[in-house]
Amino acid sequence: MAKIKLAKSKVDKLVEICKSFNNEGSELINVLHKAQETFGYLPAEVQEIIARELNVAVAHVYGVVTFYSFFSMVPKGEFPISICMGTACYVRGAEKVLEEFKRQLDVPVGETTEDGKFSISCLRCVGACGLAPVVTIGERVYGRVAAGDVADIIKEYQS
Amino acid sequence: MVLVWRNVSLMRLAFSKEDLKMEKMIKLTIDNKQIEVPQGTTIYEAAKELGIEIPTLCYMHLGDMGIEHKPGGCRICVVEVEGRRNLAPSCNSKCEEGMVIHTHNMRVLNARKTVMELMLSDHPFDCLVCAKSGNCDLQTMAHQFGVRELHYKGEQSTYKVDYSPSIIRDMDKCIMCRRCETMCNDVQTVGALSAVNRGFESVVAPAFEMDLEKSTCTYCGQCVAVCPTGALTEKDHTNQLIRDLADPKKTVVVQTAPAVRAALGEEFGMEAGTLVTGKMVSALRRLGFNSVFDTDFAADLTIMEEGTELLERLQKHLDGDKDVKLPILTSCCPGWVNFFEHHFPDMKDIPSTARSPQQMFGPIAKTYLADKMGVKREDMIVVSIMPCLAKKYECQRDEFKVDGDPDVNYSISTRELANLIKQANMDLTTLPEEDFDNPLGESTGAGVIFGATGGVIEAAARTAYEVYTGKTLEKVDFDALRGMEGIRSATVDFDGLPINIGIAHGLGNARKLLEDIRDGKSQYHAIEIMACPGGCIGGGGQPLHHGDSSILKKRAAALYREDEGKAIRKSHENPYIIKLYEEFLGKPCSELSHKLLHTHYFDKSNEIEIE
Repeated sequence: MAKIKLAKSKVDKLVEICKSFNNEGSELINVLHKAQETFGYLPAEVQEIIARELNVAVAHVYGVVTFYSFFSMVPKGEFPISICMGTACYVRGAEKVLEEFKRQLDVPVGETTEDGKFSISCLRCVGACGLAPVVTIGERVYGRVAAGDVADIIKEYQS
Repeated sequence: MVLVWRNVSLMRLAFSKEDLKMEKMIKLTIDNKQIEVPQGTTIYEAAKELGIEIPTLCYMHLGDMGIEHKPGGCRICVVEVEGRRNLAPSCNSKCEEGMVIHTHNMRVLNARKTVMELMLSDHPFDCLVCAKSGNCDLQTMAHQFGVRELHYKGEQSTYKVDYSPSIIRDMDKCIMCRRCETMCNDVQTVGALSAVNRGFESVVAPAFEMDLEKSTCTYCGQCVAVCPTGALTEKDHTNQLIRDLADPKKTVVVQTAPAVRAALGEEFGMEAGTLVTGKMVSALRRLGFNSVFDTDFAADLTIMEEGTELLERLQKHLDGDKDVKLPILTSCCPGWVNFFEHHFPDMKDIPSTARSPQQMFGPIAKTYLADKMGVKREDMIVVSIMPCLAKKYECQRDEFKVDGDPDVNYSISTRELANLIKQANMDLTTLPEEDFDNPLGESTGAGVIFGATGGVIEAAARTAYEVYTGKTLEKVDFDALRGMEGIRSATVDFDGLPINIGIAHGLGNARKLLEDIRDGKSQYHAIEIMACPGGCIGGGGQPLHHGDSSILKKRAAALYREDEGKAIRKSHENPYIIKLYEEFLGKPCSELSHKLLHTHYFDKSNEIEIE
């Protein structure tokens, strides 16, 4: 079987995360959350270490990672853009906003721009339907976004 | 979805009848029949009690393993509960007081047919050439429901077919019943398979959707044994065999594993547990094999080597040698060998170094026998008939090859042999009974019982006792070592020296014993492990038992019956084994024995390299 290469600092960090959840297999989702928060994404190597530390099968870890759209195996951009496609946002024009982001950044959903700055993903309802359509970039929330606002939003991050 | 070995959500431990007696009783009506069942009983189980078999494609109850797989996923088992808006999946709906249930009214039948048609809308239409044809639950049920045309057309899955040395995965044929997942994760604790992705994209696959060969799969084949469709099948070697049998330059010899003779008859409509040893021999001879030999002979040889190794290790241990590790573990089962190489590589020096009987037979045939027959190694083809899929992989292991030529060229399963006999237009039931050829066809009762859980260690005990004590056993049956419990233990008295023996079948049970050894808690001197529930009789290459464990018991009983009928029942008394040592090997664990009959193991764990 192929060997996995991972920097020691990363391995130590993962071991620490797993330990903070008592290496419990039932805490897998929480561990994955924390690992993604730390590394930005969940590559195969990270999943292998988590499986080993929690004493669960790596196939199972991969099953969970691929089940939840929140988890990603590809690196996200420095500024991850999420467009809400929940019902309220959708009916108020989220699709047009999404198309505009894709057009301006020239990158499909689920992928990252070549310079590593932006990635686009869709999510379902952030619980701010009053602000529909909603876009989040990192921790920041933009409400009542129209397609015409997209260029200005991107500009904020390009300096 | 969240499924962890020790925190299992898909399957629950079945209640034992005693537990349920304490519970409240519930009265309900199913198909106009009244029934009273303990609280917690599912509609499916209650109907079964009334003799009503509700069809299902995903439900699976493995009684003796205490495992019930009821994901409620296939929706074939739906029934109507009066007063409820929707039909209920009977396998995971509990009975309630006063329920009135219909299991086969028009609404139910239409729903079942629709569900089946929807399933078939994403299923390839190659039934005529599918390996599972004739033995496929999906096919049988589509026929049963009278599906004659398909009303739905939609997207079709297009997965790459995954060919491993033992198992073929064709996920276009998967219906997501997830039985394989339960076998792999909960019964075997191998963890090679998991459901991945979601919605239409969901599929059962190894981690990162890698090929099975690169995963932690042990090739035990228990997933294949429960797959209701052609999604999981064995790698078929029958065409290669037919080519070799037709080649006049080749001398083709065959060895048959003990468990095959106790199950092959089932494929020809015979009662489970019917011994077909003699008929099988005559079928093989009629198929054109030059010689028909018995793996049981090699099993006797295994006992000589493994038993000697056990006694040597035991003696050193008793003499206070701290470097000697006990317990010694059996090494006959290739699924089990794969398991510890992947999951317990730190313990790879504990199992016996003795090869499996299949791999002992190969080199003896290609040296000792080839010499006697005057055949060159390259002109001899050794084929094995095995109840097992891991044996196919074992044949291909590099350490079992000489200059690239495998000691055993390939192995075919009990099911493949049955198909081949049918292909040759023979009816096993009407064939005469014939005897194996010699010198590699003579075996003792000890060799026969290798096919059932506890059999290897019982065979070893018979020989080790007599060699160690110098006395003759009054009773060769070690009843304490027999049975179907997942983990068993017994102490055998070696003339004042108590030998603690452990037995596990099913890799999940083996894992428990191994963890005890790792934690220093094990008190055993010797442990027998077989990967498949029931031992080889329940192997992944056997006729499908559809979860009916009574079939396994009947097969085991058949082997013990054959043992009892044998004139010689101890491996070291097999005259051809004695002759083999006199003429060729010298003595057990000799230099030549080590070269031909022993092996070594590898660390196959996923090494994490730290930069």
